[in-house]
Amino acid sequence: MNDAAVTALSPETVLGEMKKNGVTHVVWLPDSETNWLYLLMKAEPSLRLVGVSREGHACSIAAGLAVAGGKPLILIQNTGMMESGDSLRGWLLGLNIPVVLMVGYRGWTRHGVNQDSAATYTERFLMAFGINYYLVENDADAPRISIAFEETERTKRPVVVLVGDEYHGFNR
Amino acid sequence: MMHTADMLKVFGPYREDAIVIPGRGGRYWTEHTTRPNLDVPLGDPAMGGHAGFALGVALARPERKVILFDSEGDLLMSLGMLVTIAEQQPANFYHLLIDNGCYATTGGQPVPNADNIAYDVIARGAGYPRAFAFDELGQFSAQLPDILGKPGPVFVALKVAAEIENAPIGRRRRWQTRTRDQVVKDLRAELGLGA
Repeated sequence: MNDAAVTALSPETVLGEMKKNGVTHVVWLPDSETNWLYLLMKAEPSLRLVGVSREGHACSIAAGLAVAGGKPLILIQNTGMMESGDSLRGWLLGLNIPVVLMVGYRGWTRHGVNQDSAATYTERFLMAFGINYYLVENDADAPRISIAFEETERTKRPVVVLVGDEYHGFNR
Repeated sequence: MMHTADMLKVFGPYREDAIVIPGRGGRYWTEHTTRPNLDVPLGDPAMGGHAGFALGVALARPERKVILFDSEGDLLMSLGMLVTIAEQQPANFYHLLIDNGCYATTGGQPVPNADNIAYDVIARGAGYPRAFAFDELGQFSAQLPDILGKPGPVFVALKVAAEIENAPIGRRRRWQTRTRDQVVKDLRAELGLGA
């Protein structure tokens, strides 16, 4: 077992968190590392996958789901989250939608110098919008996903889980 | 060419207990609705999102019809939404498009290529199993019972006269009587959901 396998956030863990927290719909646009999670979600009968072609669409769809009694999860990459700024503002913050966004943290690194502007602006973006977030890097961090679900229900606001293991977490 | 108010008057008797998202037809729909707590007039939370919001409602409430009055400016911002709707195939989703060819609330500037777009063709190409286009009220009125009587998703493009607003926003008539929070609260109460 290599270091990556030891530290990875496993797709089974992520799926377990979704089920534990009663997610009904995953509104998502694949990023480069979610293939294993996709296969697991597709095989899970309690989840309905709603694929979008641009991340901002996920915000309005999730708003409609939540308002009408569903429990959506948004699964996108940080690049798409930043592209979705006005939809986040209007459809999620504006309508007080309790939804967790799992966001692939492209460019995240604890080692050396960040070389990806997607990472440079991710947390600054969330701070500008006043959206709270939790960093999840491996299975040991997974309870933070449930914390995010609890917080979003309590505050009626979107909460972000940054998946900081994106470059190898979901691929094995 | 038809007027939005007349089109909504024709639609009114067929509404039954559907959830109606009136979009930019909201200011006229208030005169015809008989179930205001099942209406979701949100104004414009973020342009381009009405179709997504309506899809979300439809997926969460598959037992109830959801009728969206979208607008072409909104839809053009999110054409990719059509393929998502088509893939999901919500049988309870009725997607009506109010096409006045312009951005009426900003002074009537035309949308790009306004005179040459076939929205019904785009919807059919995206995968909607049924798509229609009407520019005359009589034709729309005649076919509406059949359109609403069969499963969705269905797309209906409606060419309407532009009613351009040039008055400063602060001087325009306010037709909304409920806040967005109240609209959501009323809908959830109607659907038997908690706050």
